[in-house]
Amino acid sequence: MAVFQLILLLGIAPLVTGVIKTLKARLQIRRGPGILQPYRDLNKLFHKGMVLPDSASWIFAVTPLVVFATTAIAGLMLPMMSAEAPLGLFGGMLAIVYLLGLGRFFLALGGLDTGGSFGGLGASREMTIAALAEPAMMMAIFTVGIGANSTSLSEVARTAIGNNWAFLAPAQMLAFAALFLVLIAETGRIPVDNPATHLELTMIHEAMILEYSGPYLGLIEWASSIKQLLLMTLLINGFLPFGLHREWSLAGTLLSLFYLLLKLLLLSCTIVLTETVNAKMRLFRVPEMLAVAFTLGALGLVSTFLF
Amino acid sequence: MPGAGFWFAAALAAYLLGAIAGLACWRRPADARRIAFGLALAGSLLLAAAAAGALAGGKAVTWTLPVGVTLFPWTARLDPLSAFFTLTLALLAIAVSIYSLGYLKEMEAQRNVGILGFFYNLVLLSLALVFTAANAFFFLIAWELMSITAFCLVTFEHEKPEARRAAVLFLVMSHAGTGLLLAGFLILGALAGSVDFARFHLLASTLSPFDQGFVFLLFFLGFGVKAGVVPLHIWLPDAHPVAPSNISALMSGIVIKTGIYGMARVFFDFYGPPPLWMGTLVLAAGVVTALVGVLCALMEHDIKRLLAYHSIENIGIILMGFGAALMFRALDHAALAAMALVAALFHTMNHAIFKGLLFLAAGSVVQATRTRNMEQMGGLVRRMPATALFFLVGAVAISGLPPLNGFVSEWLTYQALLAGFGTTQSLTRVMFPVAGSLLALTAALAAACFVKAFGIPFLALPRSQAAANAGECSHAMQVGMGLLAAACFVLGLAATWIFPMFDPITQNAFGVNISSTMVAAGGLALRGGSPHAGTVSTFGIALVFAALVAATVFLVGRRMRQASHATGPSWDCGLPGLTADNQFTAAAFSKPLRMIFAAFYRPRQEIQPQYDVSPYYPSAIHFESEVEPLFERHTYDPVERWIFGLAKRMRAIQAGSVHAYLAYIFVALILLLLFGVRS
Repeated sequence: MAVFQLILLLGIAPLVTGVIKTLKARLQIRRGPGILQPYRDLNKLFHKGMVLPDSASWIFAVTPLVVFATTAIAGLMLPMMSAEAPLGLFGGMLAIVYLLGLGRFFLALGGLDTGGSFGGLGASREMTIAALAEPAMMMAIFTVGIGANSTSLSEVARTAIGNNWAFLAPAQMLAFAALFLVLIAETGRIPVDNPATHLELTMIHEAMILEYSGPYLGLIEWASSIKQLLLMTLLINGFLPFGLHREWSLAGTLLSLFYLLLKLLLLSCTIVLTETVNAKMRLFRVPEMLAVAFTLGALGLVSTFLF
Repeated sequence: MPGAGFWFAAALAAYLLGAIAGLACWRRPADARRIAFGLALAGSLLLAAAAAGALAGGKAVTWTLPVGVTLFPWTARLDPLSAFFTLTLALLAIAVSIYSLGYLKEMEAQRNVGILGFFYNLVLLSLALVFTAANAFFFLIAWELMSITAFCLVTFEHEKPEARRAAVLFLVMSHAGTGLLLAGFLILGALAGSVDFARFHLLASTLSPFDQGFVFLLFFLGFGVKAGVVPLHIWLPDAHPVAPSNISALMSGIVIKTGIYGMARVFFDFYGPPPLWMGTLVLAAGVVTALVGVLCALMEHDIKRLLAYHSIENIGIILMGFGAALMFRALDHAALAAMALVAALFHTMNHAIFKGLLFLAAGSVVQATRTRNMEQMGGLVRRMPATALFFLVGAVAISGLPPLNGFVSEWLTYQALLAGFGTTQSLTRVMFPVAGSLLALTAALAAACFVKAFGIPFLALPRSQAAANAGECSHAMQVGMGLLAAACFVLGLAATWIFPMFDPITQNAFGVNISSTMVAAGGLALRGGSPHAGTVSTFGIALVFAALVAATVFLVGRRMRQASHATGPSWDCGLPGLTADNQFTAAAFSKPLRMIFAAFYRPRQEIQPQYDVSPYYPSAIHFESEVEPLFERHTYDPVERWIFGLAKRMRAIQAGSVHAYLAYIFVALILLLLFGVRS
């Protein structure tokens, strides 16, 4: 089942990216590239040659592999098609956060390794924003974890399944809002970062990977969309596990999968709406947004005293 | 087979011989290096055998020094807690001694290596005694011996004014701390009618609530100075970097842990169930210490000072574990208290290993580039590949990233904090999640800091001629670093097999064994205490990681090899000729955080462009930036002024006349007699 989930992760992650891009284009009355464009992009990248910066070392070369592998492992610790996560034994919420952290660590080093100003600039900004997002994320995780008394995502999902309307509790809603803001920051979306820009002064994530090309870039782009899918699924199955089945069975899995895709579509619409109605923030306004996320998480915790 | 006591005595003898040999070979530096550090290595191996034997036995091993001339027996006792700290010391000392054999070779021409060998052996000897002393009298003597030898090591390069200033500050702070400890031990000693630690067991809890709190504060502050708890930390970032790098590794790795050992001894051996406020205080102090440490480290561009500030951060993380353990004990949750204590102690050992590794790697870099300023390094990964790899391992470990050892102990700390929320209904429980999220902030800032600390010196282009000419360090140094790097992997991947080591310690402290409840799936995964708590398996993560990388390389690797591999210059907006000056600097890297945390840093900066024709094309720019040393300016400066003011007023009674002094002595005597008669 680990292999099945791995194939699913790798398979539908570009699709989610494509859907978001197309929806966004439609909302802005453009045609958009079509939802299959990310697959075509990946295919193209894996068939291209590479240009490596002449100042780069082996760190630059291992970074795409590390980022890809850590993101995939984190994805396998997630309950996607049933409450039972394939690698749930190997880690839960904390391990996912730290595995993504390991990938980010190497990505930032890869950016610095290029020797240009942009790599360093992206690395600096990415690490700063990640550092500020971390306490908000941990606060939300604690709120969810305290409900289930565990950091295991399978436990969290099972607890949530038992009580379908639990998400209406103030603690859950506030934590959900906090985690949504963190999702926006972590996936580099407007208003924190603009995934479509190559305008030099405003780039964050793109600045770090500016020097990557060919298969290396393909791996990193793929990992980014897996990370996005992962965080979206975390939000969905941690808070709104309707239709998620407790154990693995063929019918249950297919039904869970159907619900998952439906909820992913809904969440994508929310993200697209957020992206379209907001303008990109100045970099030094981002801490304020993340402070709001942290406060929401903290309020969620305090609200457990009241209800 | 001789017992642990025999190996312990042999280790002490080896250190003593090493110290004497260092002095004897005063004029033959090459011999001094080989004999003194060879004996230190032998002593550390013997000490490791002794500590491992005592830990495996699970019972205390007592051994009295054959120096029976005093009132008090010079007894050393290797109980599980002592044995654990001694083992940590021995593991670090083995690697540092091997490293020193290579590191000091270059120093022989300019410095007296014999003297260094003398103090090095002496500080190891005194550390072994501090960790094992079985009575307060012996403990304080060992403690002072350690402080003074550490002072001599800090001031080893005494021709530098900064070294002298740092050493004096260290000495003053350290003695202020010892004064507090002396007071604490005297109170306990008077109560017990003995100075034996065994008699102190659970004794402190029989004091009245006020005295209990007072003694607790005396010990917390006294040991806090040595450990570098904020705001008592100001000596640490000055003292650790000025010593030679092998000494810095010992100082940051294990000398500050004597403060942690002392706290563990007092909190979990002398005290029974403590009042809740004690744990709350320690937890809060831990959070503040961790955050201040990492924030200061981020602004530091001196590679060794940066590492010293990270020691403060990690002491904070250890104190979080201690604080949580004290709170759980107060709330009567023995199993959780044991888990928090295990997290703290495991982090203590892990920090000794990876901080030792980082300081040794930094020493190798400083020796090769002749500077501690990161802005003048760069590109070292090509010139010093082994050092770079070892530094990277240390950086990943200290950032708490999986699958290395730092991750395991931080994960356990999170689990303890998470479980803490359910232990009480009072508002105090909010402290646990807040501490947890601030721990997350600390860890993420540490990762940002180590991206800088590895990326700026090691990656991209060299930023100075010295960095461009740097070469790899000697084999002995590589072996020393390699041992510690391997230990980071072993402690990280095999954590579940190591945990039974902590059972005797938690058994003594709280009466519970928890290693069996912390293991899931037959030792493959680590479990956070309760049956439903989360699990993690560093071994599993590493295995799947390796499999995924192999699969990716297998599937995509052929394409990567077939694809054309051109190399070209990095993009620089179309301007030709990317040079080292175009690179991002360490100051620029930390600039966003400097602006975001401006309230803490209170930065000051000055930019002066110089231009010939148009102000749009400056020919040179002078940039100066500084952050305010918050604690020095707002805590220590007022105290210093107050002391000087007091001293000035005291001058009035210092008339310089013998008659006046005789009168003072007479009055003091009368007062003391009155005091004695009254009580």
